This record gives sequence, C-alpha cells and structure tokens, in this order.
Amino acid sequence: MEMRADVVIAILGMAAVTYLCRAGGYAILRAIRPPPFLERLLHYLPGCIFVAYAAPGLALGGPAAWAAGAACIAVQAKTRNFAASTVAGVGVLWLMRLAGA
Amino acid sequence: MQVLFTRDGALRGMRAARPLVLGMMPFGLITGVIAGQHGLSLAETLLMSGLVFAGSAQLLALEFWADPVPFTAVVLAAFVVNLRMAPMGPALAPWLDRLHGWRLWGTLTTLVDHSFALSVAEMRAGGRDAAFLLGVGVFLWAVWLVTVAMGHGFGDVVRLPPGHPLFFAATAAFLAMLVSLWRGAARDLLPWALAGGVALAVHVLGLPAPMPLLIGAFAGATFGALRDGRQNGSSR
Repeated sequence: MEMRADVVIAILGMAAVTYLCRAGGYAILRAIRPPPFLERLLHYLPGCIFVAYAAPGLALGGPAAWAAGAACIAVQAKTRNFAASTVAGVGVLWLMRLAGA
Repeated sequence: MQVLFTRDGALRGMRAARPLVLGMMPFGLITGVIAGQHGLSLAETLLMSGLVFAGSAQLLALEFWADPVPFTAVVLAAFVVNLRMAPMGPALAPWLDRLHGWRLWGTLTTLVDHSFALSVAEMRAGGRDAAFLLGVGVFLWAVWLVTVAMGHGFGDVVRLPPGHPLFFAATAAFLAMLVSLWRGAARDLLPWALAGGVALAVHVLGLPAPMPLLIGAFAGATFGALRDGRQNGSSR
C-alpha cells in the first residue's frame, strides 16, 4: 500500500481542478451567463481534445496503428459497444504486430 | 417547483444506474491496468479514482505520467478534459437551486456524464427528487472503484513490456468516445481536422506533453466557436 508524496500531491491537484469544474461550473455559470463564444467553445472542446490526443500517436504509428484505429471506429459506429470496439482496436494492432507490420 | 431529497430518490437513482455497469466495466478495467503499468500502487490508483472519479480525465492524465510526476501536465490534462462538466450543474439548476450545504456540494462531487444524462431525463419527466442524482453518482462511484481495482489486479499478474498492443486500449477508448461525440461533418469535420493536424505539428516540432494536446484542442475548438459565431451573425 505504497503512497508517494509527489503522486498524492498530483492526485490532489487533479481532484481539486475536477471539483472546480463540477461545483465551480454550477456556482459561476448560475450567477453569470457565459459569453456565447465560451459556450460554443465548451461544446467543441471534448471532441477536439480526444482528436488532439489520438492524432500524433496514430499518424506516426504506421499501418498497424491506422488499421487498429479504423477497426475501433468501425466497430463502435456499428455496435455502439465500448468493450467491443476497444477489443477490436487492440486485437487488430496485436495481429498486425504479430504479422510483422 | 417543490424539490425533495429523500432516501427513496437516491435508491431509485441507484436502480436506474444498474444497466450502465456493463458499459463502464471495460473503461474501469483499462484505467486500472494502465495506472498499474505507469507504476501507481493499488492505494494510489484507488485514491485517484475515488477523488477524481472521471475516467477520461484519469486515462489522459496517466498518458503523461512519469517519475517524478509532472504535476502541471497531469493537472492541466484533468482540468481540460473535465471542463465539459462545468455546464452540467447549471443545466440541473431546477433541482440544485433548492439544495443547500452537503446535499448541494456533496451531490456535485459525484456528478459525471451518466448521472447528468439520467438526471436530466428524470427531471424532464417530472421527477422532483434531487437525491436521484446523488444515487446514480454514488452507485457509479462504487462500480468505478471496484472495476479499477480489478484492472489494477489484472495488470499486477500480467506485466506488459512498453509498447505492448494492450496500451492501445487508451487510444481505442478515446476513438470510441469520438464516435459518440460526432455531430456530423458539417459541424465537426473541420474543427477536428484542425485539432488533429495542429497537435501532430506541435508534436513533430518537439514540444513536450501536454502541449500538443492543449494547443491542438484549443485550436480546433476556437475555430469551431468562431465559425459558428460568424454563421449565426450573418443569418440574422
């Protein structure tokens, strides 16, 4: 049951900003209506975050990563089943690596 | 509207959340495995999952994990991913405005995407018991801790070398979420393409994490917000 100081401090920092989003969002946005620009920005942010996260690794990952990403997206679009799409992505990458790609 | 906060409402929320367990499990398992692979102990993993309780934020922060922990990178990652939760509280104002003290600020601690979605539906159907929101949240919190612990245990048994295909599970999870977030090419294609392109360019230029993520995400989202604003303005 190891607890390192730097890890605990980072976790507390993550917890603090997360609570700020949960409760601060309610406290602030209830009092002031955010400018329309900010509202639109918040709508676009989740999708753009995940694209920005995935893009460099996928783009530089070569054919195996491209095939795995495509498989994952196709299965999720078809089934809307999170477990199935994750397994499909990992499975295709695994097979491609075994095949030497 | 008269708003209640009863034990019965909380229990109803817990029952309403039961069908979500199967969908949450793989996400919790992945988060547990990846936390273990980045060297987090079970206690540290549970502390993070209990206090942060936000799967995508945890997963993304773990991608930047190192020894010693890059505090700014992981906290920024959690903040940016969880910004989406800021508008949820105001949307639940008909309930939350009638709550005080721990009932308000404690319930907000458990707010997540699923409890928000179920509660908005319950509210629109005429539900007046705000403890429903807390019930869903507490139930999902418990499921989250159990599945993350299971994942961590699994990762302990099977030590994976760096670069193992199983680590692709984090990327796969985000790609699957993107499919659900997609609102059609007219809205999302250009902002997402810009976000990905800028992130890749910043990464290739050699800027450290999480700069590619932050600059790419805000470039895409800013473009989308500016474009929609211009379209709204010209149609008036």
